[in-house]
Amino acid sequence: MFSLIILPALIIGGLGLLFGIGLAYSANKFQVEVDPRVEMIIEVLPGANCGACGMPGCSGYADAIVHAHAPVDKCAPGGSEVAKKIAGIMGTEAGEMTKKVAFIHCSSGGCNNTNLHYKYEGVGTCVSAISYADGPNLCRWGCVFQNDCLRACPFGAISLDENGMRIIDPELCTACGKCVKACPRYLIELIPYENHDVHIVCSSHDKGPEAKRVCGSGKPCIGCGLCVKNCPVNAIRLENNLAIIDYNVCTNCGKCATVCPTKCIIDSRGVQPSA
Amino acid sequence: MEYLGNIFIMAISAILIQNFILARFLGLCPFLGVSTKMDSAFGMGMAVIFVMTLASSLTYLINVYLLIPNDIQYLSTIAFILAIAALVQFVEMVIKKNAPALYKSLGIYLPLITTNCAVLGVALLNFIDKWPNGKSYNFLDSTLNGFFSGIGFTFVLLLMAGIRERYEFIETPKSMRGFPIALVTAGCMALAFMGFAGLKL
Repeated sequence: MFSLIILPALIIGGLGLLFGIGLAYSANKFQVEVDPRVEMIIEVLPGANCGACGMPGCSGYADAIVHAHAPVDKCAPGGSEVAKKIAGIMGTEAGEMTKKVAFIHCSSGGCNNTNLHYKYEGVGTCVSAISYADGPNLCRWGCVFQNDCLRACPFGAISLDENGMRIIDPELCTACGKCVKACPRYLIELIPYENHDVHIVCSSHDKGPEAKRVCGSGKPCIGCGLCVKNCPVNAIRLENNLAIIDYNVCTNCGKCATVCPTKCIIDSRGVQPSA
Repeated sequence: MEYLGNIFIMAISAILIQNFILARFLGLCPFLGVSTKMDSAFGMGMAVIFVMTLASSLTYLINVYLLIPNDIQYLSTIAFILAIAALVQFVEMVIKKNAPALYKSLGIYLPLITTNCAVLGVALLNFIDKWPNGKSYNFLDSTLNGFFSGIGFTFVLLLMAGIRERYEFIETPKSMRGFPIALVTAGCMALAFMGFAGLKL
C-alpha cells in the first residue's frame, strides 16, 4: 500500500512542491523591474505597430521613451493628441506636430499608360516587375502599377480610381511611411498636409526629350527650369533634370503650376486642370 | 578515442538518421508553425538546442536518483513534464534578468518549448536508446544526445524555412497555398530523410 500508492504520490507531489517553491523564490530573486510608465504609454499609443517612429513596434517605442529618452512626438498615426498624452505621462512638454501625408511623385501609374515596352504578367509586386528588363513601362523612374504601396498601407488610405491610379486619402493617411519604404522606385514622399497644394507629379531624371518620349501620362518634368526661375521664394531647385519643391520654403502661391509647360506641377486648388 | 568515435556516431544518428522531426515525427507543431521565416526559425532552433540539452541532463538526474531507486519509472512521463516546465520557466527568468539581449531573441520561443513533445521525447528516449554494444546512456551521453537532437531539429527547421521563403516567389495554385503545400513539402522531406536510414555506421 505505502510503496505502491503513497510513496509515488509523495515523490511526485514533493517534486512539484520543490519546483514550485524554487520558481516562486527565483521569481522574486530574478524579478525585472518594469517601469509602470511603459505600460501606460503602450495604452495611449495607437497599437498599429507601423514603425513610423523608427522603433520596433509600439512597445519598443514606449520602452525607448522611458529608458532612452526618445522624443514623445514621434508617433505619426497618433499625431499631436497622442504626443500630448505621452508628454503628460512623462511630465514633459510636447511640441506641435505638423500633419504629413504621403504623396506619389508620378502620374503615369494607371491603365491610361500605354507607353510600355512589354506587358507584365508575372508575380503581382512592383519589386518583381522592375526586376524584368527595368520594368514594363518605358520610363525607368515611374510607377509600375503593381500596388506594393497599396498593400503596404496598414490604414487602407490608398485606393485605386477608375483609371487604375493610386489615390491617397489624406484623412486616412497617418504618414507612417510604410508606402515610402514599399515603393521600389522611391516615388512616395511624406509632405506637409496643411497649406501645401502644389506638387510635382514626376520623378524622372531623364533629359527633356527622353522624358517626354517615355512618359506614360504626358506630364513629365523635362528639367526646363521655368519653375525655378519663376518661384518668388526660391523654393524649387533642379537636381539632375528634375524640379524638387522644398516644402519648408514653399509659400503655396501656385505660380510654378501656371508656368510649367508640361503641366507636371499640379495645384490641387484647381488653378489649373489637375491630374 | 573510441568514445569520440561513438559521439560522432551519436551525432550523425541524432541529426540525420533518427532526426526528431523527419524520422521520429516529434515536434511537428513548431516545425510547421515557426518555419515561415528564417530569422524566427533560427531563434526557435537555438532555444530548442538550449532547452533540450538542459532537459536531458536534468531528467537523467531525476530518473536515476529519484525514480529508479523507488521503482516508479512508470511515472517518468509526468515527472519529466514537470521538470521540463519548471526548468524552462526558471531559465526564462534567469535569461530575462541577466541577458536581456538573449531574452529578446529567444524569449518568445521559450514558452512554446515548455510542452514541445520533442523535448519530452529526447528525455524519455535517453533511457530507451542504447549504444551499439548494448550499454545504456550515462549522464554525459544523455546530455550530448539532447544537444545533437536539438541540432538535428534546428537543421530541419532551417531547411524548411529556406524552402518556405522561396515559396513566396512562386505562383502556387490557390487551393495549395500556405499550409497544404507546407505539408506536402514536409512529406517530401521526410521521404528524402528516409534515405539516411540505410546509412551504416
